[in-house]
Amino acid sequence: MNIHEYQGKALLRSYGVSVPRGEVAFTPEEAEEKARALGGDLFVVKAQIHAGGRGKAGGVKLARSPQEVRAIAQQMIGQTLITHQTGPLGKVVRRVLIEEGTAIEKEFYIGLVVDRVSGRVVMMASSEGGVEIEEVAQSTPEKIIKVEIDPVLGLMPYQARRLAFAIGIPSHLVSQAVRFMTGLYQVFVEKDASVAEINPLVLTKDDRIVALDAKFNFDHNALFRHPDIVAYRDLDEEDPKEIEASKYDLSYIALDGNIGCMVNGAGLAMATMDIIKFYGGEPANFLDVGGGASREKVTAAFKIILADEKVEGIFVNIFGGIMRCDVIAEGIIAAAREVGIDRPLVVRLEGTNVELGKKLLETSGLDIVSADSMADGAEKIVSLVRERRGGR
Amino acid sequence: MSILIDRQTKVIVQGITGDAGRFHTEQMLEYGTNIVAGVTPGKGGTNVANVPVFNTVREAKEATGANASVIYVPPAFAADAIMEAVDAGLELVVTITEGIPVLDMVKVKRAMEHSKTRLIGPNCPGVITPGESKIGIMPGYIHKPGKVGIVSRSGTLTYEAVHQLSTRGIGQSTAVGIGGDPVKGMEFIDVLALFEADPQTEAVVLIGEIGGTAEEAAAAWIQAHMTKPVVAFIGGQTAPPGKRMGHAGAIISGGQGTAKEKIARLEEAGIPVAKSPAEIGETLIRHLRAKGLLERVLS
Repeated sequence: MNIHEYQGKALLRSYGVSVPRGEVAFTPEEAEEKARALGGDLFVVKAQIHAGGRGKAGGVKLARSPQEVRAIAQQMIGQTLITHQTGPLGKVVRRVLIEEGTAIEKEFYIGLVVDRVSGRVVMMASSEGGVEIEEVAQSTPEKIIKVEIDPVLGLMPYQARRLAFAIGIPSHLVSQAVRFMTGLYQVFVEKDASVAEINPLVLTKDDRIVALDAKFNFDHNALFRHPDIVAYRDLDEEDPKEIEASKYDLSYIALDGNIGCMVNGAGLAMATMDIIKFYGGEPANFLDVGGGASREKVTAAFKIILADEKVEGIFVNIFGGIMRCDVIAEGIIAAAREVGIDRPLVVRLEGTNVELGKKLLETSGLDIVSADSMADGAEKIVSLVRERRGGR
Repeated sequence: MSILIDRQTKVIVQGITGDAGRFHTEQMLEYGTNIVAGVTPGKGGTNVANVPVFNTVREAKEATGANASVIYVPPAFAADAIMEAVDAGLELVVTITEGIPVLDMVKVKRAMEHSKTRLIGPNCPGVITPGESKIGIMPGYIHKPGKVGIVSRSGTLTYEAVHQLSTRGIGQSTAVGIGGDPVKGMEFIDVLALFEADPQTEAVVLIGEIGGTAEEAAAAWIQAHMTKPVVAFIGGQTAPPGKRMGHAGAIISGGQGTAKEKIARLEEAGIPVAKSPAEIGETLIRHLRAKGLLERVLS
């Protein structure tokens, strides 16, 4: 789960990690008020969306007075920001962060991630702050320094010092940098983050180490123990179909194609997308209904798939396993009746009682095409969608 | 012979009194798995499907001589359950539970650093030696005893592959689902090493998916150490890049982790990769026929 920059900074602040003073605003009036309360003569207005690359897209602007803050906020709020991470449709700005201006001496990078290979949290630091870290990794990988952190010991001061010296933090500020990194690690493990990125981490002209940006991603599996993090969720930032799917515990990701898929199991769901493409079609989504594939879940899944106007046909691929195919078929039939499916539907069932399941589909009176295998099903749905197009 | 489990393996079910634990205990017993005990704290002294329930893993092990466990404990308590099984000194712990927090698994791996226990999972279908023992949630009847080993990061896609083999007359020595979580127990390489050493296994099917670098590592290992034929499939060839993958995660993998990259590494290592998930069985057959080994795996 992603959160906004201002939320990430609030989190850091609560752990004593230094961030610029600032507050979020939802209207231009509020923005001016917050600027006045901050005081000073330099402000930064930052669009709050769940995507990077805001600076280049015009989502970060300087202001010299609270009035100017208001004018910029007026222009930013409601504007659609297109960055390299938002996709071509962009994201609508609904909140802005008003911050005190910071006089920057130098920019650095600090990140934390769970490394699959070592099975540990890894802290990475680089002297190349403020640029895309992927670019640094590509062109000058030696400029990214990493330490693996023992979960029992936590980030040791010597590890943090090693990073600080390696990226060129001035000696007299190293202990400040160590405190920063320790606090950041503390947030990461106590709140079950999966990614934390401070880019840039800045050294100010008055010798402070400050997080100028903060990006966090949290482990979905651990949200049950962090109601404070769940409260940060911003539904405006999520695909409405993905929100609907999450209510039914369905794993759904929207894609660009025209063939909707409903599958049990993530691996088989990915493989189903692959096989649709293999036969010349384009999958419209990834959808894993989970092990059970109950009537309620299948109904919800059909509704979500059909809500996508790009969808011209649906391929249901269920490997029943221990679930009986007749029970699954009943669920599909009931759901199809309830939802009213107006586009071609191909169902491939495999597992216990498969013959009975197929028979139920055939005698349902519904226009359901039954498939004998994954390949057969994919071929059938691709050609049905093609015919339907040709017939128009 | 087989790897990891056989009919002698004595199994404890952790979380046996929950819905999933109870249901799958019955399924496993029906398959012939030698389940000797269940564990649910506070429910010691009761029975589930005629299996005696104990309060702790240690107690269950001492009373029954169990050497393996399977975990159906809810995600919030699963890491603790794994560590309890490791502490009791079981040889094999199979964790079915889906949704364990990643940082809990980081602690589990640390706790297991000097232990001899092998962990499979979490978030996996388990392991099965057809006709002998099934520890997990896979449908037993699609399997067939035989000579091809299967190792996979996926659940239902593994069933798909097994089904393709069984219906073509190719049985399996052991099928291992290592699970789809980023931090887990046995990796591809650990299982491949066991298959290589197992006299019954004649060939291996490896089923990977996008993310991480375990398939690349497996390709390199196979090329350097494996004498038995291996074929593969990689799921997620059409998955869009960047979805669910954080910025910093992409650095650690250094641009690796795409299906394209994994397939290239596998093919470079001489491992045929099925072009579509429907061709896993045929890909194996073609490869074994070319090597003159097909007859040995047919039954």
